[in-house]
Amino acid sequence: MADVILQNIGKTYNKGAVKAVTDASFTVEQGELFGLIGPDGAGKTSIFRILTTLLLPDAGQAWVLGNDVVKNYKAIRQQVGYMPGRFSLYQDLTVEENLRFFATVFNTTIQQNYHLISDIYVQIEPFKHRRAGNLSGGMKQKLALCCALIHKPKVLFLDEPTTGVDTVSRKEFWLMLNNLQQQGITILVSTPYMDEATLCRRIALIQEGKILSVETPQQITAAFPFALYAIKAAQMNLLLSHLRQSPLIHTCHTFGEYHHITFAQNTPHSQSHLLGYLAALSHTQVELKPIVPTIEDCFINLMN
Amino acid sequence: MSNPQAVIWADKLSKHFGEFVAVNQISFSVQKGEIFGFLGANGAGKTTAMRMLCGLLLPTSGSAAIAGYDVYTQTEQIKQNIGYMSQRFSLYEDLTVAENIRFFGGIYGLPDKQLKLKTDELLHTLQLHTEAKTLVSALPLGWKQKLAFSVAILHEPAIVFLDEPTGGVDPITRRQFWDLIYAAAQQGITLFVTTHYMDEAEYCNRICMLVDGEIKALDTPANLKKQHQAQTMDDVFYHLARTAKRTAD
Repeated sequence: MADVILQNIGKTYNKGAVKAVTDASFTVEQGELFGLIGPDGAGKTSIFRILTTLLLPDAGQAWVLGNDVVKNYKAIRQQVGYMPGRFSLYQDLTVEENLRFFATVFNTTIQQNYHLISDIYVQIEPFKHRRAGNLSGGMKQKLALCCALIHKPKVLFLDEPTTGVDTVSRKEFWLMLNNLQQQGITILVSTPYMDEATLCRRIALIQEGKILSVETPQQITAAFPFALYAIKAAQMNLLLSHLRQSPLIHTCHTFGEYHHITFAQNTPHSQSHLLGYLAALSHTQVELKPIVPTIEDCFINLMN
Repeated sequence: MSNPQAVIWADKLSKHFGEFVAVNQISFSVQKGEIFGFLGANGAGKTTAMRMLCGLLLPTSGSAAIAGYDVYTQTEQIKQNIGYMSQRFSLYEDLTVAENIRFFGGIYGLPDKQLKLKTDELLHTLQLHTEAKTLVSALPLGWKQKLAFSVAILHEPAIVFLDEPTGGVDPITRRQFWDLIYAAAQQGITLFVTTHYMDEAEYCNRICMLVDGEIKALDTPANLKKQHQAQTMDDVFYHLARTAKRTAD
C-alpha cells in the first residue's frame, strides 16, 4: 500500500464559495520524493493540511500510512513530520530549546535520532543559543526541517520549504532532501518553482485546485503535444510582438534569453517561412532551434 | 564613473549596523527607462540598499541621489517621486479595487479629476472594470500583483522599485506582469527590480549582483554570461553567490 493516498479529495471555504481543492487524486509510494508543483492559491497548502489531519476534507478520502485522515488522525500525527509554509517554531525559544521541545513532545530525545539531522544541524549548531526569532530565513528553514525530523517520521510533509530562498540555498536544500530520501523517508514537498520539479521522482502539477497531471518529470515533458522551438534576435521585445502577430505561430512565451514558440502548422518549411517573415521585418541575429520542453512549458500548456 | 544626471545615482554608498557592514561602498547609476535587476543571495544587503534608495534609511557614508533628490536631506521628495511594490505588501485586502486606487492616488496627491481619468484607464488596461467593486482579498494573486504594480505607477513616478513582484505567481501571469514592466519602461519609467527567478534576470537591461554587501558584477545579462563562461543567468548567480563569506545571518 502506498504511504499517501488521495481519492477525489475536495475542499471548499466560505460555504462553498471558494473551491480550494477539487477532485484531487494521487498516491505517494514508500520512499518516494514526490513534488506538488503549482503557483500560490493552487490548493497546495489545503492538501497538506488535510493530509497532516489539520483540516477536514469536504469530499473524498485520504490515507497516510494506511490510516484514514479523518478517523485515525491520532495515529497519523505520531508518524509524520510537517514543515508548514509559514515559520511556525517558537520564536522566543532558542534553536536548541525548540529542537528539544519537539523531541520531547514526541517522546524521544535529540540524541536518539541525531543521525537523521546531523548533516543539517551542524550548520546551525554555532547558533544553538540564539532565539529562533532572530535567525535568518535560511537558518529558520534548516531548524524547521530538523524539528520536523527529530521524531524519525516515516513521511515528511514540506510545504514550500524553498519559497523566498535564494538559488544557492535552494540547491543546498534539495541535496538535503535527497539524502533524507536515501534514508528511506517518504517525502511530499510543494514548490512554486517549476525548475525544482525535475529534482523529484514524480510530480503532480496543480492549478486552481485541480490536478493537471501526475507523472515523472520526464513523462510530463515527453507528453508535450507540439514541436517546441527556442528563438532569439537582437530586439527581443519587438520579436515578441511580431511573433504574437504572425499567423505562422501558435504559442509564444518569453523564457529568459529565448522565446519559446510552437507553430500553427509544423511542416518541414515552418522554420524557413518564419525566418523569411522575420528577415522581412528587419530582424537581425535571429537564432531558431528545436528544443526539449521544460516543466514550465508543460505547465503553461496544461493551463490553457 | 557614476553620472549625477542619472535617475538613480549612488557613489560609495554604505550602511553599517554597529560593527556589521551591511552595504559596503556601492557605486552605480541607472538611466531613464532602464530595467535594472538587483540580485543577491539572502542576506547580501539588497533590502538595506533598497531602503536607503527609497529614502527610508539613512546611509552611514557615501552619497546617492534618486530622481535628483539627496538620500540624506530630501527623503520626502524621494518618496513622492518613486513607486514601490513588494510581494508582501501591496494593496489593502479589505478595500475594493476602486477604493485602493482612490486611496493610493490620494496619498500621492493626484487631483480628483485626474484620479478619475486614471482609474478608468487603469481598469480598462487591466480588464478589471467589472471588478471595480470587488474586494481585493477576493482577487486571484496574479490580478492583485498586476493591480498593485499599476497602482504603484499611478502618480507617474520617475522610478518604481519592485521587490520580488512575481514570487509565487503562476507562469502565465508572471509573463503578463513583465509585459506591464516593459510598457512602463517604454513610457520612460525606470524599473529597479529584485527577483529570485533567473529567467527574469534575462529581461533586465542590466544586472547588478550584490555579494556580502558589495557589488561583485554589473553588466548586461549577455556580458555577464560571457565573462563567467556560463550558459544561463542561474549559473552566473550560483558562481558569484557561492563566493559569499558571510552567512545569511
